[in-house]
Amino acid sequence: MALCTGANQTEPLSQHHDLVPDWTAHEVRTGTTIMAVEFDGGVVMGADSRTTTGAYIANRVTDKLTPIHDRIFCCRSGSAADTQAIADVVAYQLDLHSIVMNEPPQVKTAANLFRRFCYRYREELMAGIIVAGWDKRGGGQVFTVPIGGMLVRQPVAVGGSGSSYIYGFVDENFKPGMSKEECIRFTGKALALAMERDGSSGGVARLAAITEAGLERSVILGNQLPTFSSS
Amino acid sequence: MDRYFDQSIKGVSTGTTILAVKFNGGVIIGSDSRASMGGSYVSSKTINKLIQVHDRIFCCIAGSLADAQAVTKMAKFQLSFHSIQMESPPLVKAAASVMKELCYSNKDELQAGFITAGWDRKKGPQVYTVSLGGMLLSQPFTIGGSGSTYIYGYVDSKYKPDMSREECLQFATNAIALAMGRDNVSGGVVHLVVITEDGAEHVVIPGDKLPKFHDE
Repeated sequence: MALCTGANQTEPLSQHHDLVPDWTAHEVRTGTTIMAVEFDGGVVMGADSRTTTGAYIANRVTDKLTPIHDRIFCCRSGSAADTQAIADVVAYQLDLHSIVMNEPPQVKTAANLFRRFCYRYREELMAGIIVAGWDKRGGGQVFTVPIGGMLVRQPVAVGGSGSSYIYGFVDENFKPGMSKEECIRFTGKALALAMERDGSSGGVARLAAITEAGLERSVILGNQLPTFSSS
Repeated sequence: MDRYFDQSIKGVSTGTTILAVKFNGGVIIGSDSRASMGGSYVSSKTINKLIQVHDRIFCCIAGSLADAQAVTKMAKFQLSFHSIQMESPPLVKAAASVMKELCYSNKDELQAGFITAGWDRKKGPQVYTVSLGGMLLSQPFTIGGSGSTYIYGYVDSKYKPDMSREECLQFATNAIALAMGRDNVSGGVVHLVVITEDGAEHVVIPGDKLPKFHDE
């Protein structure tokens, strides 16, 4: 907070003062849309790229798809600070675990590490995380760890503030047994719909496809996103 | 159907899903049929939220039921008087304007928004929304109520102008079924009214005939 000297005393400028912008009083949030879909052989994950502090967009090209290990990623929503800290801790724990086990970690192990952390500190944290990846025992898997610290595996998971608007679309359009390309199209379309309706989601759509062969990242720029006849 | 407070949605919205869509030659107005108290007790499974204010003009409500009943009763009276004076059926815009006037003049006391849809000779099928503060807006389609947040993506992607009657029925049924699947204060049966030049037809789709989706 800035200080100004009045006659004979210093007093802090409160956030209600015109000299201090409104957004300095707000926490940094990834109010967001995140999504992950399983397919036979891997997973596709997607996220928007907007980070807000109140009404100000602190970062319009955020990368919310965070690597936890070679073939395990997480999508972050909620408080940016909380999710970055949790991802760092889990990445460290998972790395140590995989060295001890002498093999690449399983996706459900990573998911459980997230869940353990998020549940234990659920009163202090504001984090909604989707964990997805590929391992040789289970293939492509998607786990969701919403606020509160529940863990559940789902073929398709959505999260963040923008996800409310696309539940209907996802319910109607998801079918098990889609190919990787179909999943990528499905995720891109769902993100575009959510970004159009949710003020806290926007920017570009970042996508990642994780398979046994490795990781493929792509970006759909704002003007390349699918558009819809109602807009 | 009492007030339903949801912290994640700003303002008060009624525990419901309502929509109205224009198609080639008419409009379809629809809703679910659940009335809930406090989000945990279903006080009615088969309430009809579609109110007829004139032969070819229907309304559905989002918000407080008491306010909605008062406003629609007043609107019905004013419209019938107006149509006698004009010696012709009222315009859909007139019905929406009556609602708007009541909502705007009493905006401090009222907590209700409306969707008005119908057919008239001048402009054919029309859909209007009157929001909480009294804004009047004409749109090709509109959705409302607590369940509507879950279907914004679906309706944005699926709506196209000039659908046929059957396509529009399918669109409206799917939209409400999807919303009922995700919103715990929407449910029951789907009520639809198809309004065209020939009149208004009420269609009810019971729970077991609703479309099912991949995880059901």
